[in-house]
Amino acid sequence: MSAPAVDSLAASTEKGTWTGKLRERAVEALPPDRLLPDRQPAYVASWAYVFGALTIGAFIVVLLSGAVLAVEGPAWWHKSNAGLFVNSTHLWGTEFFFMFMVVHLWAKFFMAAWRGRRKATWITGVIAFAVSIGTAFTGYLSQQNFDSEWIGTQAKDGINSTGAGAFWNVLNFGQMLMWHIVLLPLLVVLLIGIHVLLVRRRGVVPPFAPTQAQLAKAGLALSGAATTPAAAPLFEELPSQQALAGLVEPRLQEPPPAEQPVTTEPSAQEPTSQEPSTPEPVAQTPTLPQPAPDAPAAKEPPAPEPAAQESLWHLPEDES
Amino acid sequence: MSTSPAAQPRAHRVRRFRPDRDVVEWQGAYRRYDVMKEVFVCFLAVLILVVACAIVFSSPDDPPVTIKSWSNAAPVDFAQTAMTELDGTSALATYGPPYTDTKGVSQMLGPISLEHAVGVRIPIDTAKVFVLDPLATLPNRPLLDAALSRYEGASPGQQAKWDAAYETVVADATFSSGKLLVKSGPYGPVASLISNLESMAQTGALDGALLASPQLYATNYTNPLLFIAGGTYMADLAAQRHLQGSQWGMMNETGNYPGQAWLWLYTLWYQVPPMKTSSNGDVEVWAIMMALTLALALLPFIPGLRSVPRWVGVYRLIWRYHYRSLGPEALSQLPPGRQSPRQ
Repeated sequence: MSAPAVDSLAASTEKGTWTGKLRERAVEALPPDRLLPDRQPAYVASWAYVFGALTIGAFIVVLLSGAVLAVEGPAWWHKSNAGLFVNSTHLWGTEFFFMFMVVHLWAKFFMAAWRGRRKATWITGVIAFAVSIGTAFTGYLSQQNFDSEWIGTQAKDGINSTGAGAFWNVLNFGQMLMWHIVLLPLLVVLLIGIHVLLVRRRGVVPPFAPTQAQLAKAGLALSGAATTPAAAPLFEELPSQQALAGLVEPRLQEPPPAEQPVTTEPSAQEPTSQEPSTPEPVAQTPTLPQPAPDAPAAKEPPAPEPAAQESLWHLPEDES
Repeated sequence: MSTSPAAQPRAHRVRRFRPDRDVVEWQGAYRRYDVMKEVFVCFLAVLILVVACAIVFSSPDDPPVTIKSWSNAAPVDFAQTAMTELDGTSALATYGPPYTDTKGVSQMLGPISLEHAVGVRIPIDTAKVFVLDPLATLPNRPLLDAALSRYEGASPGQQAKWDAAYETVVADATFSSGKLLVKSGPYGPVASLISNLESMAQTGALDGALLASPQLYATNYTNPLLFIAGGTYMADLAAQRHLQGSQWGMMNETGNYPGQAWLWLYTLWYQVPPMKTSSNGDVEVWAIMMALTLALALLPFIPGLRSVPRWVGVYRLIWRYHYRSLGPEALSQLPPGRQSPRQ
């Protein structure tokens, strides 16, 4: 059969190139069903989650209306009713874009959405917000009306005071228009793209978990409690794995399981020590039907990480 | 006997679980979800909202102030502003970097002046750019040419005397029958210069002259905008529209529109002391905003601040269905505040 030979040749050719390696890494980081998922965790059940998608929806409206304005040029909307309407959609799209983005930002703040290796997702979101403000600001400067005159002549003092005004002249219509319709939109598209890819890669942040101590106080003492007095205080801060799994009551009857996977992040503030550990796979209670052996790997629940010993979580050194 | 690194057990860092940094990855149930459908539905919903607002509210478009409209609507203000540009006493003539090299006026952030460090990158000689050069472009004006030659040929001391004399009388100037009327005085050719500039401005020729560039297509409005901003006419119009800095300025726009509401925090700092009255107010506000933006971006790294969401407890509302599924006992024990004295 010739087809397998051809596939093998293609694969080996790709692996020998940097583009092939790049592709492999990209597919590994973002397999198609993580990029465009068909399921999401059950805890994602709130209107607070809608505002990210609403922000993207408003951003698309702004891009499309801006593209229509660009077709006829920057002065079109001053002398045409159709142009005025399109400009109005551009304005209101921007207003809704910021309104949704701010709600999204607050919602993610209250979820502490940076937890579990999601710091880059938070940071790119904040940067996208800041760059969006700059994009909207240059739009106000490019209106060719009283607003743009007044905003420009007022804003110049603040920008000049930082030294940036010498290079980024808010009174230069041509410069501001190019920033508004080319450079800054490209940057916003790039940042939002990275932000969304990071969301898809890391997933939606799980809820705060009740701690062992809190559940114990509520009469729901769980397995996996501290086995040594020295470790006991630390367990006050451990989350209840069973509670997170949404399976508290049935699991209360089960024998003590090993700890479930935890995503911890390296931190320079934490005291560290070196000790050997033998990672053990963690038994899970699947809540989805188990996929067939040849089913895509990404359909499976997240792979378990090494179990923690006593009250401390152990990470391989090379992950820090 | 040494073993190869591959044969050694992997060293592990001992880590303690931090609820504001770490998570237990989800092992529970999933439900069906279509990301494409969500984005598409959101796009349609926003599109409907936006079109409705565009139809009902439209968008503001107050005509711009031009030098022509300014000089016709407020000829005395124009003449007084032009005079300050000629004698070098205007705000712009003494602005400092990036326009002029005036010493001691740059805003300071502690011991540092960023605008002074960058220097004069958009040099503007106000007398030359706003008055003398535009007048020199007017054709077939022998009397004006003579006045220009006389003024430009005089010593700086003589020019200053003429300027000071005209500065005094133009404060009480009136405009009647297309003429700027001032009391007589020892101001030499200055009255002729300002009078001709006024006429030039009222025809619109000065707008074009200040936009002049080596190319046919001009896109840089720095000079005319700086000139217009030097007068009080545009500022008065802005005050009527509630756009002054003391009226939360830039975040507003003409008409009853939301404007740049997202600039509220930036504008807020201009309303409170010491920035409200500080001569370094602009750079102080920018420093505050940069620091706050940086803090927001790096919030996950800041102990205390990153715990605020857990202390505040709004997440209990966001994830209420999830917590409800855990049972009433677990829900009642969720942390409204600190979980441990060590946090």
